[in-house]
Amino acid sequence: MTRAGPGTGSIRGRLMVLLLGGSAILALALFWVVQGFARQLAEESQDNILSASVTSILDAARIENGALVLDLPYSAFSMLANLHDDAVYYAIRADDTFLTGYDDLAAVPLPRADMPGFATRSFLDQDVRVVTAERALGPGGGQDSAPIRLSATLAQTRSGQEITLTRISRAAAAVGLGVFAGAAVLALAASRSAIAPLERLTLSVTRRGPQDLRPVTAPVPLEMVPLVAALNRFIGRLRGSLARSEDFIAEAAHRVRTPLATVRMQAEVTLQRVEREENRKSVREMIRAIDESSRAAGQLLDHAMVTFRADQLEETDLDLGAVTRDLTDRLRPTADLRDIALQARADDPVPIRGDAILVQNALRNVLDNAIKYAPEGSAVRITVTRQGEEGVVMLRDTGPGFPPDGMTRLRRRFQRGANVDGIVGSGLGLTIADEVMRAHGGTLDLRNNPDGGGACVSLRFPMA
Amino acid sequence: MRYLLVEDNESLAQAVSDRLSLAGHVVDHAPTLEQARHFMAIAGYDLILLDIMLPDGDGRNFLEAHRKQAGATPVIVLTARSEVSDRVGVLDLGADDYVTKPFDFAELEARCRAVLRRRGGGARNQRVLGDIAFDPLAGTLQIADRVIHLRNRELRLLEVFIAAPNQIFSKAKLVDRLFSYDADVSENAIEVYVARLRRHLAGSHVRIVTVRGLGYRLGTQ
Repeated sequence: MTRAGPGTGSIRGRLMVLLLGGSAILALALFWVVQGFARQLAEESQDNILSASVTSILDAARIENGALVLDLPYSAFSMLANLHDDAVYYAIRADDTFLTGYDDLAAVPLPRADMPGFATRSFLDQDVRVVTAERALGPGGGQDSAPIRLSATLAQTRSGQEITLTRISRAAAAVGLGVFAGAAVLALAASRSAIAPLERLTLSVTRRGPQDLRPVTAPVPLEMVPLVAALNRFIGRLRGSLARSEDFIAEAAHRVRTPLATVRMQAEVTLQRVEREENRKSVREMIRAIDESSRAAGQLLDHAMVTFRADQLEETDLDLGAVTRDLTDRLRPTADLRDIALQARADDPVPIRGDAILVQNALRNVLDNAIKYAPEGSAVRITVTRQGEEGVVMLRDTGPGFPPDGMTRLRRRFQRGANVDGIVGSGLGLTIADEVMRAHGGTLDLRNNPDGGGACVSLRFPMA
Repeated sequence: MRYLLVEDNESLAQAVSDRLSLAGHVVDHAPTLEQARHFMAIAGYDLILLDIMLPDGDGRNFLEAHRKQAGATPVIVLTARSEVSDRVGVLDLGADDYVTKPFDFAELEARCRAVLRRRGGGARNQRVLGDIAFDPLAGTLQIADRVIHLRNRELRLLEVFIAAPNQIFSKAKLVDRLFSYDADVSENAIEVYVARLRRHLAGSHVRIVTVRGLGYRLGTQ
C-alpha cells in the first residue's frame, strides 16, 4: 500500500473551529450588548422616577410669612414604591444647611443649576442611586433678603433594578446560547456539505478495483474540478504506460518465440533427414539450445509479467483443488511423454483468494519442474489439503531432489541446482513461483522427502 | 484423421504438415483466416490447429465465431504469447488446449491425441494391420479378443511403425521420435520398447523384424 504525505490537519476541524469560534464571539457580544442596553434602560427609568420624585418634593416647598414651609408630599414617595421594597433615603438642605432627612446623605453636584445631578454610590452599605435637585425660593425673611436655595437629595437602593437586570441577563444569555447552538448546527451542516464532495470523490477512487483505470466522472463542485482533471490526466498516463508495458511483454514474447518455433521445427525436420551420427548430434545440440533460449525468453517475460501483476493482483475466489486438478489435467500429456504418472488428490474445496493466472503460473512452474526432474516411469504425487489456516498444494517426486544448499539459493534468479545437467531450464521457475506466493501472502516451501529421495515442494496459501 | 492447420508461417506450417502426414494424417494448410473459413465450408475436420496472430486477423475471433456457430471440431491453439500475459485465455474462449511456441512435436502430437480422446475419436481412428487393430487414441492394441493397454512410449512406437508398414526405421530415428531432445539417450534404449512391443504382439501375425545394421520394420507373416 502507498501512504499519503503527512496530514496537515483536517478541513472539517478547521471549518468547525472557525465557525464555532466565530459564533461564540458573536453570542458573547450579543449577550453583552443586550445586558448593557438593559442596564442603561433600567438606570434611565429609575433616574426619571427619582427626578420626578425630587421635583415634586421641591415643588411642595413654599415661603409662608417669610418662612420656609415644606411638607413632604406623599406622592413623592409613592411613585418610588416598587415591587422590590427598595429603601428610599432623603436629605433636604436649604443653602447648604441641613433641614431634614439623613444628614450624611451628601448632595450630588449639579451639572447645571436647573438640571438634577445623578450619581451611583454606596450609602449605609448599600448600592444606591442618588439624585439631587435645587430650587430657588423667593425671598424669605425680608424684602432684601436673598432667595433661599433649596436642595433635595433622594437616594433609592437598586435591588429592584438588579433583579430586573438579572432577569434580562438570563434572557440575554439564553438568547446567546440559542444563537450559539443554532450556529453550531449550521457549522456542522456547512462543514459536512463542504467535505461531502471530497469524501464522495475519495470513496469513488478507493472503491475501484486495481484494474479500474477509467477516468473519475463523479460530479464535484467547481472548486474541485481542477483537482479531478489533474487526477484524470494522471490516471490516463498510468493507463497508457501500463498498457504499453503489457503490450510490450506480449509482443516481445511473440517476436522471440515465433522465429524460434520455426527454427526448432526445421531442426527437427533436418534431424529426420541426416544420417551421420556427428551431424545428428549437432542438430540435437541445436534443438536443445533453442529450447534453452526459448524457455529462458519465455520465463523472463513471464517473470516480468508476474512482477508487474503482483502489484495489482486481480483477486477472485478460487478453489485451490479445482485449479490444481485443471492444471494437472493439462500437463498430463506432457507427463505421459516421459511415462510419468501425475497422481492428484484434493480435499474438499480449499477456498483461497488469488489471481487465477498467477496462481496457475506458480503451480505450473513447480509441476513442470517435477515432470522434468522425476525419473521416467515414476509418479509425481500432488495433494491439495487444508492445514489449519492454510491451503497447501504439495508436490512430491522421486527425482534427484534439491542439493543441500539449494533451498534458498534456488529461489534466486538464474540459479539452478548443481545436479540438473542435461535438463533444459531457465533457473527462473522457482523465482516466479516464490514471487507469486509472496504476492499472495503465502510461502513456497522447498525440501527433500524425508523418506527416500525426491523433492517435496509446498505452496502454502492463506485460506480465504 | 483430418487436420486443418491455420498458420501463416510457411516453414513452420510445412514442418507441422510433414510430421502429421508422416503419422498418417491428412492436413490442409490455411495461411489466413479467410482461407481457413473457406476450408471449413467445404470439408469436415477432426481437429483444428490454430495460430493466434494471422495476417488478416486474430485467431481468437475465429475461435469465438467457430464456437458461436456450435462448431464441434476441437481446436488446439498454437500461441507465441505468454500465458501470463493473456488476460483472456484461449481456453476461456473455447479452445480445447493450447501449445506454446516453440513446441516439441511429440508434445503437440500428445496434446492432439489427448484432445481427440476426450472428444471421443471413435472407431474411425482404428488402424488395422493383418490381425491386429490399434487405437492410438485409446492406447489399445487388439489381437483377436485380447485387448492390451499400451504405455505411452509403446503406443508411440507402434504408431510410428504402423503408419508405414515394412519401412525400415533406424534406431536413431526411433529415439528422436520417442525421447525429448534434452535427455541424452543411448540408441540401445529403444531396444527395451521394441522388446516390450514384441511381447504384446506375440500371438498375432504382425511382428517387428530386426534388419541387421539398419534398424527395424513392421511386417506381417
